[in-house]
Amino acid sequence: MSQDVWNFIFIGLSFAVYIGIAVKSRAGSTKEYYTAGGGVSPFANGMATAADWMSAATFISMAGLIASKGYDGAQFLMGWTGGFVLLTVLMVPFLRKFGKATVPDFIGDRYYSKGARGVAVVCAIFICMTYIMGQMNGVGVVFSQLFGISLTKGVLIGSTIVFFYAGLGGMKGITYTQVAQYCVMAFAYTIPAVFIAIALTNNFVPQLGFIGEYTASGESVPFLEKIDHINQSIGFDRYTDNKLGTLNMFCITLALMCGTAGLPHVIVRFFTVKNVKSVRTSACWTLAFIAVIYLTAPTIGAFSRVNLVEKLNGTSYQEAPAWFKDFEKTGQMAWVDKNGDGVIQFYGPKHNDAGGNKVFLGSKKPKYPADDAQERQKVGQSGERLLANKADMSNANELWFGADIMVLANPHMAGLPKWVIGLLMAGCIAAALSTAAGLLLVLSTSISHDLMKKIIKPELSDKEEVNYARIASFVALGIAAYFGINPPSAFIAKTVAFAFGLAASSFFPTLLLGIFSKRVNKQGAIAGMISGITFTAGYIIYVQFLEGEPFIFGITPEGIGSLGMLINFVTTFIVSAVTSPPPQDVQDMVESIRMPDDPDAEDAPPPVAH
Amino acid sequence: MSDSSHSDNHARYWRKNLVLVFVLLAIWFMVSLGSGILFRDWLDANFPRVGNAPFGFWMAQQGSIICFVGLLIIYKVCMNRLDGAEGFNSKK
Repeated sequence: MSQDVWNFIFIGLSFAVYIGIAVKSRAGSTKEYYTAGGGVSPFANGMATAADWMSAATFISMAGLIASKGYDGAQFLMGWTGGFVLLTVLMVPFLRKFGKATVPDFIGDRYYSKGARGVAVVCAIFICMTYIMGQMNGVGVVFSQLFGISLTKGVLIGSTIVFFYAGLGGMKGITYTQVAQYCVMAFAYTIPAVFIAIALTNNFVPQLGFIGEYTASGESVPFLEKIDHINQSIGFDRYTDNKLGTLNMFCITLALMCGTAGLPHVIVRFFTVKNVKSVRTSACWTLAFIAVIYLTAPTIGAFSRVNLVEKLNGTSYQEAPAWFKDFEKTGQMAWVDKNGDGVIQFYGPKHNDAGGNKVFLGSKKPKYPADDAQERQKVGQSGERLLANKADMSNANELWFGADIMVLANPHMAGLPKWVIGLLMAGCIAAALSTAAGLLLVLSTSISHDLMKKIIKPELSDKEEVNYARIASFVALGIAAYFGINPPSAFIAKTVAFAFGLAASSFFPTLLLGIFSKRVNKQGAIAGMISGITFTAGYIIYVQFLEGEPFIFGITPEGIGSLGMLINFVTTFIVSAVTSPPPQDVQDMVESIRMPDDPDAEDAPPPVAH
Repeated sequence: MSDSSHSDNHARYWRKNLVLVFVLLAIWFMVSLGSGILFRDWLDANFPRVGNAPFGFWMAQQGSIICFVGLLIIYKVCMNRLDGAEGFNSKK
C-alpha cells in the first residue's frame, strides 16, 4: 500500500472517532457547554488536559528545538512542566473552589472592579488568539502536505472541523474527543522514538538509550559523548554545554514556568471535574501524561540529530536518501551547493571565523522560483531543488532544515514502516485540533460570558449566552483562519515570547496574590498588572521589534517576563499598603476559597455560569 | 461546633496548607532551577553520573520532570490526608 493510502486510513479513522464522540456528547446547557457539567472523571480529564496542553508546535517542533539548542532546550522541558506544578499547588484548587466558569470572573470578583475584569478579558483574548493562529497554520500545513491541496484549503478544512465539535459541542464535546486525541498523540510520538532508540543505542527504552551507549557504528561510546563529538566536529557548541549563560537560562525558564501557571485555557480544564479532591487527582494524571511526551522529546531530538548528520553530512546529493528529496519538495529542507562539488556539507557557526552558518540570504525560510520559471532556475546541477534566495557565501554550510524535521523525518530516517508515518500524521493533526478547540472555547466564553454577560448585557439568558458563545467562536475561528492562511510569520514567532511574558507579568502575580493575600486590593492589583505588562511589553517591543540592545543585564526578551513579574509583585504590595484594604465580603470570599469543599454538601456543586 | 473553634479550625488548616506548599515549592525550585541551572556545573563535576549523563544535565532534561510528577503525587496524598484530619471530607 502506498503512503497516501496509509495516511488516509489513519487520519480518516481518527476523524471518524472524534466526530462520533463530539456528536454523542454534545452540550445541552451552559453548564455542559462551559464545564462539561462538572462530572468528568479525573483520569479522563487528565488525558484531555494533556492533549489540550500539547499544541501542534510542541508536538512537531519541540524535539527539533531541543536538538538544535542541546542543553539549553531544557528551558522548555522544565519551564512547561514546572509551570504545571505551580498551577496545581497555587492556583487550580482555589479557583475551582471559587466556582465560576472563567479566569476573568475570578479577577473581576476578587478585585471588585469592572476595570480589572476588563484588563483580564483583554489579556485572555490576546493570549488565546496568539496561540490559536499558530495552531490553525499548523493544521493547514499538515493538510496541505498530505493531500496536496493549497494552504488556504487546508486551513479551511481544519477550521470547519474545529468549529463543528468545539463550537457546537462545547466543553463536554471537546473533553471526550481530547481523550481520543491524547491516545493518538502518545502512540504517534513514542513509537518512532522506540524504533530509533533500538537502531542507535540497541535499547528499546529511549530514555535509557539517551544515557546509554551509542552502538550503531559497531563501536560502543556513550551516546552523549557521541553527540558532543559530532557537534564539535562540524562547528557547533558541544550538545551538553550551556550556551545562553546561567542568568538568561534562569530567567527564561522562570518566565515560562510562571507564564504557564497563568494560562487561562489550562486553568479552566480543571473546572470540569467534580470537586477539589478530584482536581488534585486529575492534576497528577495530567502531569504524568504530559511527562510521557516531555521525557521522550529530548531523546527524539538528540537521536534524530545524530541520525541526520550521519546520514546527510558528506553524502553526495545523488546518493542522499529518498526522504531528503521528499522534504526538499515540500520546502522543509534545502540544500545549496555552494562549492559545486555535489556533496552535502553541514557546518555550525564555529566552522569559520565569521561565526555564522546561514545557508541563504533574505528570509528565514527558503523561497522558491515561481512555477512557470525556466527549468534551469528550478533544478540544479545535481538535480537538487534550487532556491530563489541568494546563497550566503560567508560560510560553507549548505544544509537548511526547519525544527519540525526532527519529528516529521524521524520515521523516514529510521526506515520505519509506512503505517508509522500515517500514525504520526494523525498525531500532528490531533495535537493541533485539540489545542485549537480548547483555546477556541476559552475565547468564546471570554467574549460571551465576561464581555457580553458581565459587562455589556447583564440580562442575557442562559440560552442566549450559549448562542453568543457559538457566534463568538465562529468569528474568532474566522479571524484565526485568516491569520493561519496569511501568517504574520515573523510576528507569530515573536508573540510567543509575548504571550508567556504577558501571562507571567500580569495573570500570575494577580491570581496568586488574590488567593494568598487578603490585604491586596483593587488599586494594588490594577497598578501591578499595568506596571508589569507595560514594563514587559515595552522591553520586548524595544528589543525585538525595534532591534535595540537587551540593556538589562543582557536578559533576552524571552526571559524578561520574570523581571516584569517581580515589578508587578512589588508594585501591588506598595500600592495596596498605602490604600484601604478590600471590603469585608471580598475578604470572606478569599477565606472561603481557601477551604476545600463543605463536608456537609453531598458533592460540591460544579461551577455555574451566571 | 461554636463559631470560634470553627475559625480556629480554618486557620490551622490554612497554615498547614501553606507549610506544605512552601516545602513542595522549595523542592520544586531545587530540582529544576537549582540543580538544572544554577548549580548545574557543580553537580556535573561532583555528583555521580546518571548512566552516561552528567548529573546536572540529566536533571535539566529528564530528572526534574520525574520529580515534578512525584511532587504532585505527594501534594495529592498530603492534602487529602489533611482534609480528612481537619474533617473536610467526612462523608456520611
